[in-house]
Amino acid sequence: MEPLTWGQIILAILNQLMPVWIGMIVVFALSIRFKRRLGLYGKLFDNPVGMFGFALVLFWVLCALFADMIITQDPLVQVSGMKNKLPGTPLRGAHDVYYLLGGDNLARDVFSRLISGSKTVLSIAPAATLFAFMVGITLGLPAGYYGGWLDTLLSFLANLVLAFPVILLFYLLVTPEIRATGVVTWVAGVLFIFPVIFVWTFMFSRWRISPHVLTWVAAPIVIVMLMFYFGTVFEMDPFVGIWTTVMGHLNQGNPFGEWMVTTWHEHQPLVSLGLGPEKLNIFVAVVFVNSPTIFRIVRGLTMDIQTRDYVAAAQTRGEGPWYIMLWEILPNARGPLIVDFCLRIGYTTILLGTLGFFGLGLSPESPDWGATINDGRKLLAIYIHPALPPALSLMSLVLGLNLLADGLREESLKD
Amino acid sequence: MLYFLLKRLGVMLLTALCLTFVVFFLTNLYPNLEKVAKLEGTQRMTDAQVASFLAKNGYTQPVFTRYGEWLGVLPGFTYTHEDGKVTGRCIRKGMPAAEAPSRCGVLQGDFGWSVVFKDEVGPIVWKRLGLTGKLMLWVLIVMIPSALIIGILAGMREGSRTDRTLSTFSIATTATPEYVSGVILIVVFSSSVVGLKWFKGTATSAMDGANFENFFLPVMTIALYGMGYIARMTRASMAEVMTAQYIRTARLKGVSFRNIVLKHALRNALIAPFTVIMLQFPWLLTGVVIVETLFNYKGFGWLLVQAAGNNDIEMLLSVGIVSVIVVLVTQLISDIGYVYLNPRIRIN
Repeated sequence: MEPLTWGQIILAILNQLMPVWIGMIVVFALSIRFKRRLGLYGKLFDNPVGMFGFALVLFWVLCALFADMIITQDPLVQVSGMKNKLPGTPLRGAHDVYYLLGGDNLARDVFSRLISGSKTVLSIAPAATLFAFMVGITLGLPAGYYGGWLDTLLSFLANLVLAFPVILLFYLLVTPEIRATGVVTWVAGVLFIFPVIFVWTFMFSRWRISPHVLTWVAAPIVIVMLMFYFGTVFEMDPFVGIWTTVMGHLNQGNPFGEWMVTTWHEHQPLVSLGLGPEKLNIFVAVVFVNSPTIFRIVRGLTMDIQTRDYVAAAQTRGEGPWYIMLWEILPNARGPLIVDFCLRIGYTTILLGTLGFFGLGLSPESPDWGATINDGRKLLAIYIHPALPPALSLMSLVLGLNLLADGLREESLKD
Repeated sequence: MLYFLLKRLGVMLLTALCLTFVVFFLTNLYPNLEKVAKLEGTQRMTDAQVASFLAKNGYTQPVFTRYGEWLGVLPGFTYTHEDGKVTGRCIRKGMPAAEAPSRCGVLQGDFGWSVVFKDEVGPIVWKRLGLTGKLMLWVLIVMIPSALIIGILAGMREGSRTDRTLSTFSIATTATPEYVSGVILIVVFSSSVVGLKWFKGTATSAMDGANFENFFLPVMTIALYGMGYIARMTRASMAEVMTAQYIRTARLKGVSFRNIVLKHALRNALIAPFTVIMLQFPWLLTGVVIVETLFNYKGFGWLLVQAAGNNDIEMLLSVGIVSVIVVLVTQLISDIGYVYLNPRIRIN
């Protein structure tokens, strides 16, 4: 079979991306139709720059969602004879199957790896940013509100983390050796408890006088979150874990106790984010690097906002400090925080790429963009097609997030 | 002012102490020490051999003791072999044990021994820092003037077509990390397939003699990423200044636009970018590591990667010290400079 021409390659790729186009048309049509009712999100569609950014981001989100429908090959399978083949080369021995963007150094399909890579990036980057925000907000609010020694201590810690060169930190935190020591688990244990604390304080400070809300809404949510927390970080169920530990301890030395201990070790958690040790390691490193910056932003915003009259009014009413922080100050700081959230997802994407570029974290097989760029760059003088697509994808995603943040900033400043 | 400086110096020392301790702790975890032992000995060492190697070289002491030895506040570790020969932390190879100092640490000016490079840490770090200094110097020469010009041109007429074009350019460069722009630049300017073949794709030869051909791409790669951010800050600051009352007054007096920008707006608009440029240094450090890896330029960033990849403990600690000094000194300069540039702010 003849290799495809460039026109045919582009057409084939556009055709392969059909679910993405349909999804984009649906989202845009609905959003523009109802934009007056959608608040800040709707206003984005009055802003060409913001809309373009949103389109780029949406493109990659949909690519990640429909990745399994879009890819043409298994991203991990190596096909003999396809090593470093140029874009549009037909697959040997198959009818009408092509390596749309060519093969990489290990004879894998560049196009399918590209699309699968978007899944890795878009599953880690937003979630890690969200976690970093939870940590930054939970610590930044009291630091800015109370000031004093708490502020001094937390600011010192934040500056300490910021004084670390990011790459040195990654090299120290993201290695199989560190995973073996359990340091990662403990750092994760500290960082991941913050979302639980945040959600509980958020609801408790508001509804502390209405026990039925706390019992029927707040408590179940927090218990589920705690189960996820223990499942993800320690790979155990709090209930089974505590029960077997207690019973095992009471029955030390007899077969029942040993049986309990085995159950503890072999029992799979009921719910867990299912990250696995490698992704958990990356997740922890990225959250750890990002949260001090967010802490500083939130602290600054809090110090600014707490001088306002509505805060004084709430204090006079006798509201508790956490109510004021979470229900008076935080909602009024949302504008800059939303903008920073978009920018920070982009920055996190860059960090994830950096990790991949230095071969840290995920297994070398995995199709994430940074690692693919790193693999491709060694042959850049001869073959450019393995390295260029992931490089351009990463750039377009981050560019989209930056433009989206810019659009949101402009629109939120208008009123 | 003196009090302020002393306080900052104290914080700096405390930060450096904490940071080196964290690095020390993480590099001295057992699996990492195992790596060191296997690097010094052979890859096929048994667990018992590893344990005995670690014991003979003092790696099994408590971590605080070892940290104290590295600092130079505790006497260095010594070990008497069965044949009566004494080896230890402060006893270099070929040196009689009696002549060696009892303490050798940072306080004595001894930064230790690199297990990867088989040499003293101090001189290696200085040599590599010099090479990176050369790279950084050119990056700053390219980056700062172009970023300021872009920012001022974009900010002086907010919303104009020049502004839109330049702003998009600066957003695009901030969205392109070094490992992406480096790859694109290599493809465009040096790849033998499609490229223009103007420049070289590696900068190894630039370590001895840098010229335009081998140094342009690495410098541009770092400069581009930092440029966009500084340009955006300059633009924002310039746009804000241009709406100030005194600019309107000058305009109503009939001062020409050129003179308004150059004589009235510029000075005030450059206060904010100054801080931003100073705070960019830690970021540039990351860029340096990526670019030196990408272009195979053996400077400080390359050193960091080599040391971190092989768990070269004492080298990593020195690298950590250097970077913390860079970060904190630039912060200090930015704070002090801010006061001089903007007389409305007072330190107390």
